[in-house]
Amino acid sequence: MTAATLAMMKDAAATRLSRKRTAAYAVMALIGLYLAYVFFAFDIPGLAQRARMDNAVTLLSDSWSYKTHVTRDHRSGAISYAIEGQRKGAYPEGERPEWVSGDGDAVTVELKNGHSLRLLPGNVTEYRYPGTDPVTIRLMDDELVVDVIGPAPDWITLNPRRVGITTEGGRVTITRSKTEVFRYFPGWELFFFTLDSPYHGHGPLDILFGERIDPDRPNIAGAWHDFWYNPMWLHAKVAWAIFETMLMAFLGTFGAAIIALPLAFLAAKRFAPLMAVRFGMRRIFDFIRGVDGLIWTVVLSRAFGPGPMTGALAILLTDTGTFGKTFSEALENVDDKQIEGIASTGANPVQRYRFGVLPQVTPVLLSQILYLFESNTRSATIIGAITGGGIGLLLTQALQTQQDWEEVSYYIVLVVLIVMAMDWFSGWLRARLIGGRAG
Amino acid sequence: MTDISNPSHLRQMQSAYLDQARRRRLYGALTLIIFLLLLLPGFHLADSRNAGGFWNGIGHVFDYPAAVLSEAWAKRQELPGHLVKFFPALVETINIAAISTLIGSIGGMLFAFLSVRGLACWPRLVPLFRRMMDIMRAIPEIVVALVLIFVLGGGPVPAMIAITLHSIGALGKLFSEVAENADPKPVEGLASTGASWSQRMLLGVLPQVAPNFLSYALLRFEINIRASAILGFVGAGGIGYELKNAMSWGQGKFDAAAAIFILLFGTIVLFDQLSSSYRNRLVKGDWQ
Repeated sequence: MTAATLAMMKDAAATRLSRKRTAAYAVMALIGLYLAYVFFAFDIPGLAQRARMDNAVTLLSDSWSYKTHVTRDHRSGAISYAIEGQRKGAYPEGERPEWVSGDGDAVTVELKNGHSLRLLPGNVTEYRYPGTDPVTIRLMDDELVVDVIGPAPDWITLNPRRVGITTEGGRVTITRSKTEVFRYFPGWELFFFTLDSPYHGHGPLDILFGERIDPDRPNIAGAWHDFWYNPMWLHAKVAWAIFETMLMAFLGTFGAAIIALPLAFLAAKRFAPLMAVRFGMRRIFDFIRGVDGLIWTVVLSRAFGPGPMTGALAILLTDTGTFGKTFSEALENVDDKQIEGIASTGANPVQRYRFGVLPQVTPVLLSQILYLFESNTRSATIIGAITGGGIGLLLTQALQTQQDWEEVSYYIVLVVLIVMAMDWFSGWLRARLIGGRAG
Repeated sequence: MTDISNPSHLRQMQSAYLDQARRRRLYGALTLIIFLLLLLPGFHLADSRNAGGFWNGIGHVFDYPAAVLSEAWAKRQELPGHLVKFFPALVETINIAAISTLIGSIGGMLFAFLSVRGLACWPRLVPLFRRMMDIMRAIPEIVVALVLIFVLGGGPVPAMIAITLHSIGALGKLFSEVAENADPKPVEGLASTGASWSQRMLLGVLPQVAPNFLSYALLRFEINIRASAILGFVGAGGIGYELKNAMSWGQGKFDAAAAIFILLFGTIVLFDQLSSSYRNRLVKGDWQ
């Protein structure tokens, strides 16, 4: 090899390298341009103004904590105690949290970090911020008046109709009709028993091995009943919703597989000698897949009304298209040798299918079915939110009230656990049935 | 070793084998039958929990499509106008899918390289990155989208973030399976020249796996178009949102719904065809 050819080759290599590098830079520039376009098309600069950071804060704090409301009615002067301010979480008559003390004349509410508050007669509220003089808020001539020396501290918002106090100790809202005090606690309160259940406040050991708590019922049965029909967390309803979601995925996926299998034979070149049939079947599958789950869901919920059947049928219809396509492809890739081998033993056509074709395609079909089953558990949540069934419906309802964030996070945890369990289960089943590596 | 020339041994083996085969077939058949038996009461249960029964509804399945089609046909001269009117919403849906696929592929690539033994930058953190991908895959898009709609307000951004997160998880898993099978020699060669981790990945692994990565990313794009249309239906912008509005207007506005159906159908079919033909070329390797 002469020096000249070497130099020529080097040149050629350098040109190719630089051309490739230019192409790489061009692709990167295009991606950058596209990102810039989307940045403005989606109005990301304006996002900062539209974003409700206070919502994010409520969401984050409420999802892992709860608050107990102490409410004084300004007309009757009566004081009530309720967890999350809900009737279902109200303390029974004569009971109140242990951080509330005093009687009719002056009720003292201990808040966190040394903060405290006194509810005095005549609709007067006295807030004690540690290290400062108490602040008094009174209702005079239907207007709220705050007694404070000098400028009002920054943790208090003043308005003749509404006074708000937000500190690290808790939150107070005073309007003309009532005074509300909120004290926050970590955890999901009343998850097991509501306050009206006799089992509230008893540990699991107490219930399992202790003395009978409710004289009318055995401990385990009574505790299970009160837990399962807990009016705040509705465990029975949630469990049913989860079952409904999984039912939709199960019926949709396996129903589709049963319908698609015979149709796939009609669409496979090897088994459907008639070109017209094959072509027609394939276009039907393409059409079903093209219309997409969303439109099928919309159309079907018009005919069948809301519920799990509609969701199951929507999944079934969409997946029939997907399965039809993938099954027929699997059938076309069948190896001829095994069929010929079976045929050489004098097998009739049915036997040839049974022993020549089915053993070859079963693993492929099974793994496709399990894969879609797994992804349909996720889709069933979304479809449930549209058709009104299952955990998807509960989730959207809880989100729409914009209050029960602890329930939202509970549902999210449940959904994630189900999907991960399904993931694991289908991987295990695939490994058992097909003998491959567990996914 | 068994003497197979002895006919009694042979007969024994044959009957043992046939017994085994029969038993396996029986188990298979039993599983299948139990399965089918589960489906029937399942459908029955789902039907009983549905607002309208299956047999009542089956006759009306085509009522809605027929009403939409006939109205759209009656007002067919307005259809082009509607198509033009809803086109920007369609572009938004496609943009959501494209940007999610783009960021999802880049993120998935990063996660894949970080979670393959032998390639990982920090080998001890491999299980951590794998679990992170599992969680991103497991959280349904609608959950993220609904929570983000509450914080960020309606629009394309919540959908974009939701689909991106899911795409990172899903593509990361597929990408890591591809990267596991990559030839380690180029990486070792680069390492011997003192290349950094990012250089080893970009120059040693990426060229080997690019066709497979691209093919998976295109498949994800098809899925993401559908997902972004669905998320629009629950409030996150795009053609899904328009569809929901058009449907709630009800009778008399079905021509708008028909226009949206046409746009959505056409888009899905178009991108399915484009991506599947391109993927075929990628897999066969004759694309250069």
